[in-house]
Amino acid sequence: MYAQMVQSTGKGVKTRAEMTEEEARFQDRIDAGEKIEPRDWMPEGYRKTLIRQIGQHAHSEIVGQLPEGNWITRAPTLERKAILLAKVQDEAGHGLYLYCAAETLGVSRDELTQDLLSGRMKYSSIFNYPTLTWADMGAVGWLVDGAAIMNQVPLQRTSYGPYSRAMIRICKEESFHQRQGYDIMMKMAKGTPEQKRMAQDALNRFWYPSLMMFGPSDADSVHSAQSMAWKIKINTNDELRQKFVDQTVPQAELLGLTIPDPELKWNEARGHHDFSQPDWSEFFAVIQGDGPCNSERMEARRKAWDDGAWVREGLMAHAAKKAARKVAAE
Amino acid sequence: MEGAALFQFLLRMGDNTLILGHRVSEWCGHAPVLEEDIALANTALDLIGQTQMWLGLAAEVEGQGRSADDLAFLRDVWDFRNLLLVEQPNGDFGQTILRQFLFDAWHVEMLRRLTDSSDARIAAIAAKALKEARYHVERSGDTVIGLGDGTDESHARMQAALDRLWPYLGEMFHGDGVDEAMEKAAIAPAAEALRAPVSERIEAVLDKATLSIPETRHARSGGKSGVRHSEHLGHLLTQMQWLQRAYPGATW
Ligand SMILES: [Fe+2]
Ligand SMILES: [Fe+2]
Repeated sequence: MYAQMVQSTGKGVKTRAEMTEEEARFQDRIDAGEKIEPRDWMPEGYRKTLIRQIGQHAHSEIVGQLPEGNWITRAPTLERKAILLAKVQDEAGHGLYLYCAAETLGVSRDELTQDLLSGRMKYSSIFNYPTLTWADMGAVGWLVDGAAIMNQVPLQRTSYGPYSRAMIRICKEESFHQRQGYDIMMKMAKGTPEQKRMAQDALNRFWYPSLMMFGPSDADSVHSAQSMAWKIKINTNDELRQKFVDQTVPQAELLGLTIPDPELKWNEARGHHDFSQPDWSEFFAVIQGDGPCNSERMEARRKAWDDGAWVREGLMAHAAKKAARKVAAE
Repeated sequence: MEGAALFQFLLRMGDNTLILGHRVSEWCGHAPVLEEDIALANTALDLIGQTQMWLGLAAEVEGQGRSADDLAFLRDVWDFRNLLLVEQPNGDFGQTILRQFLFDAWHVEMLRRLTDSSDARIAAIAAKALKEARYHVERSGDTVIGLGDGTDESHARMQAALDRLWPYLGEMFHGDGVDEAMEKAAIAPAAEALRAPVSERIEAVLDKATLSIPETRHARSGGKSGVRHSEHLGHLLTQMQWLQRAYPGATW
């Protein structure tokens, strides 16, 4: 998922008795499955939690352009190049929808961008991993977009109207990305010995980082409990991770690739696969800025922003001149 | 002879869109503002799509069993037939958008004429590409105007980009044997015939952009003939062709 460990109020879910009248009415609307719209009354904690979550998701789409952009100029065929370009363009579009959804909560895109560039806001840990071979374009589509879909499909039912509508648009494109990624993996896995080696290597490197995308277990998290009561979060991290593993295992088998987990096996009694947890100390290191590509990703974003300042200023100055000329002419 | 000239002509069309599309795609994720990331990717995508059509037809005309991908990924510098303009490095955003506009201004006029080509296949590709090129030229033109007539800094940067790129414009209008053969067969217009309408469009935009046209200097050429590309093209190809070259015969 693109939003990990989003902090909520941290105070736990209020009981009915603790809620003000407004808060109780708000909770009733949520419980009845109503959508909350920008002009509606909402608790401050709800608004802030949503800004964090949507902002983190938007930043992930933007930073997420980089690991795949890394291969656009080296795509092996014209068709693959076009597909990858279209995908990365979609991700920028997702960022745009999400920033717009966040803007309805009273925070501007520029403010959120500043928070990303200053490191105050995070983006998904997954985009701090390098893309080293062409098979990584397959693995990212298959696993990373696949994991994102796991989280985002339920979020289509999230309580906040603009967020829910953004998710509905985004999900359509994400499932397309996943299919294209899987198609690359299939070509590689059924290709030459070198291609097969690339495919297995990509799976080896992206498997655990993909499991980390769901975040650490949040069964006992007060933040998650509040977010779930507000329907900002629909499932626990563990539920989604399990679903992802169960879905991905047969897909890997079809590719003839081996998931790098010797403990992975079907558990008849549970009706699910048992699997190993990722190294959570690595996850926390990545979140803290010590992943393989954190520095490069942030440098690239800061450079794009700084180098682009004159363009943004120039276009704004021109728009102002044009408006002034129009007024003068009237 | 006409078949060979037709092949060369199609390579010129396809190599222009391939190399420019590649250049534009280098911006992916690094643009000054999110809307530009989307727009640049969209432009690159259109150009790569057009490349598939032009090089696909070139391969068919050549009749040697090569595919559009073979032409894109397995030719060396001297066999490329794109204008020197499109292989120039991105530079800053101003240089990228100005290069785009200069190309678009020519491209839209060329495609418009090609929709009347005596070769129905070319007319069909041109009709499809023209819709995209019209949108490109409008957008790149507006951006050139916005930045030229923006702040002092954006103006200075756009003027510097224009000074840098201006000598590459002339190559578009210099006809050679290939162009003559195409004109004779009513397949494509004479290169020189595009000079007036293209210049008019460019001048109109540069005027609104408050940019001054540099003094005419010696026009660079050697791209569309393949005789003398710039050093930049080889580096572009090393990146673009690397996978195909490193793993020959693989299917991707
Ligand atoms: Fe996305
Ligand atoms: Fe995606």
